[in-house]
Amino acid sequence: MDKILEVKDLHVNFATYNGTVQAIRGVSFDLNAGETLAIVGESGSGKSITVRSILQLLAKNADIAKGSILYHGDDLLQKSEKEMDDIRGNKISMIFQDPMTSLDPTMPIGKQVAEPLLIHNNVSKKDAMARAEEVLRLVGIPNPEARMKDYPHQFSGGQRQRIVIAIAIVDYPEILIADEPTTALDVTVQAQIIDLLRELQQKIGTSIIFITHDLGVVAGIADRVAVMYAGKFVEYGSVNDIFYNPQHPYTWGLLDSMPTLETSENNRLNSIPGTPPNLLNPPKGDAFAPRNKYAMEIDEEEQPPYFKVSKNHYAATWLLHPNAPKVDPPASIKKRFEKFKELGGSVK
Amino acid sequence: MAKYILKRIFYLFLTLFIIATLTFFLMKLLPGTPFSNQNRMSPDQLKIVKAQYGLDQSVFVQYVRYMGGLLQGNLGTSFQFNNEPVTTLIGQRLAPSMQIGAQAMILGTVLGILLGAVAAIRKNTWVDTLATFISILGLSIPSFVLAVLLQFYLAYKWHIYPVALWDNFQSSVLPTLALAALPLGNVARFMRTEMVDVMSSDYIELAKSKGNSAWKVVTKHALRNSLIPIVTIIGPMAVSVMTGSMVVENIFSIPGIGEQFVKSITTNDYPTIMGLTIFYSFLLVVIILIVDILYGFIDPRIRLGNGGKE
Repeated sequence: MDKILEVKDLHVNFATYNGTVQAIRGVSFDLNAGETLAIVGESGSGKSITVRSILQLLAKNADIAKGSILYHGDDLLQKSEKEMDDIRGNKISMIFQDPMTSLDPTMPIGKQVAEPLLIHNNVSKKDAMARAEEVLRLVGIPNPEARMKDYPHQFSGGQRQRIVIAIAIVDYPEILIADEPTTALDVTVQAQIIDLLRELQQKIGTSIIFITHDLGVVAGIADRVAVMYAGKFVEYGSVNDIFYNPQHPYTWGLLDSMPTLETSENNRLNSIPGTPPNLLNPPKGDAFAPRNKYAMEIDEEEQPPYFKVSKNHYAATWLLHPNAPKVDPPASIKKRFEKFKELGGSVK
Repeated sequence: MAKYILKRIFYLFLTLFIIATLTFFLMKLLPGTPFSNQNRMSPDQLKIVKAQYGLDQSVFVQYVRYMGGLLQGNLGTSFQFNNEPVTTLIGQRLAPSMQIGAQAMILGTVLGILLGAVAAIRKNTWVDTLATFISILGLSIPSFVLAVLLQFYLAYKWHIYPVALWDNFQSSVLPTLALAALPLGNVARFMRTEMVDVMSSDYIELAKSKGNSAWKVVTKHALRNSLIPIVTIIGPMAVSVMTGSMVVENIFSIPGIGEQFVKSITTNDYPTIMGLTIFYSFLLVVIILIVDILYGFIDPRIRLGNGGKE
């Protein structure tokens, strides 16, 4: 497969009044043409910052301290602001989280959708508007020819998110970054938007980086999944690897806290105790250790390296070290291992 | 929209009616009479003069008479200024005040918007500090101090503009500058606050993610959205600036309306007080109406009667 994007050892710091926050602490991943990579993690784990670094849409106090982001072999971090403008909205575009605030309230939606075309291509206004209308129809805005001149406030939340998606795909980007595109929507609309993204991916063949904190959404859209915690990927692999053969205790915790069909009214949902560490002073060892009931002494001392589980499946936990004791994962995770065997995988 | 405007015009007249009524009765509470030489008049003479102007009637009868005249567009005649009709009086004095006021408003607003926008875009840099300093100066230096400073340097020392004269555009430059400082400072301050807010909003980030250059993000998306609250403050400010500043008009010897208003109050010139108050009020409510309609053009969410959702 074609690697179109390679992020290598990305470090992002934020200068604040209290000191330097190390928000991203060495993230590496790659993206193949046409695939969907999901990045999951709780709020503040650095998902959004990771993808915003790609487009360099970071706050002014952010500093990409280290690393490279290779797009077709070219390091985006070395590009000038003008060169980045040529890439944004053209080669790589972004879908934002909150459709209620992401559209310019004073500009008709047709014009907003046509804007990337007018910026990046030498097209007439008329052609751009015609194309905008076509894309609005594609994303499922009924009667687009009549609604081109309408303003964002005249649309519902779900429709607005469709418009935001239309803006992102109007210029057929190679990479679509979706930053929690369904978080602000109610569940039925969420499903529609996920379906739409999948359908669009097939039609225009774009790669998607999908950010979410909702594992249920991930299962529906991703080819590969990366689990993020405290500015690092703790585990990454195929969607089956992560769902049915998870190795990192944090992934266990996330999966264990998902409601299932068996969760009855009487059962309380499981949660991971504690809160993420303060990244002003990241811990010396494994950042998850204080919340991890499987933590060992070495977790306090040294950060775990990535252990290879299978081809393309890695996890950063000392539990995978050959000398580590065998631990007993939660019951729901064991059930997942069973399923994995049925799927034909081999569990360690 | 048409229905809305009609409704607003009805309220406009209702407002004017209430203002006229209140002013009339308040004015009658003012001490003194319009006749400065009354000490030298015999009671009989005074009675004759009062009768001549209808002041011998009860206040209520006077009120009904005045309002009747008002309905026919008759503002009465001035007691002090050669018995001239008040309409003529206002007409003559209004043009200079309006010209200077309008010039000052346009200059102040345009420069204020630019200054505020630049400050917001270069937030927390020396540009921002300088812009904030200028806008605070504009707000805090009284117009008469600025007027005198302008006169001293631009007229007296460097002979660029006349000191105090009213004939051509040249002579209107200094008073315009003196009056423009306040709207400039005000608009710049509001603009900066609003623009900082807008620049950190999600739709500006989306505009950047489309590949817009920094310049285009500002001109195509940020400016228009920042203008909405500016429109609100411009209305009342325009009225106060355009109806003339007595002090500035005095300093530059401009035959404006501001001076007239003060004179009419000190001399109990009832018809002139009434005429000017009603005229000022009229200007204010009309400008507020225009501002409300203007809102709709800038912000589609406030556009009325188009069946928008929400």
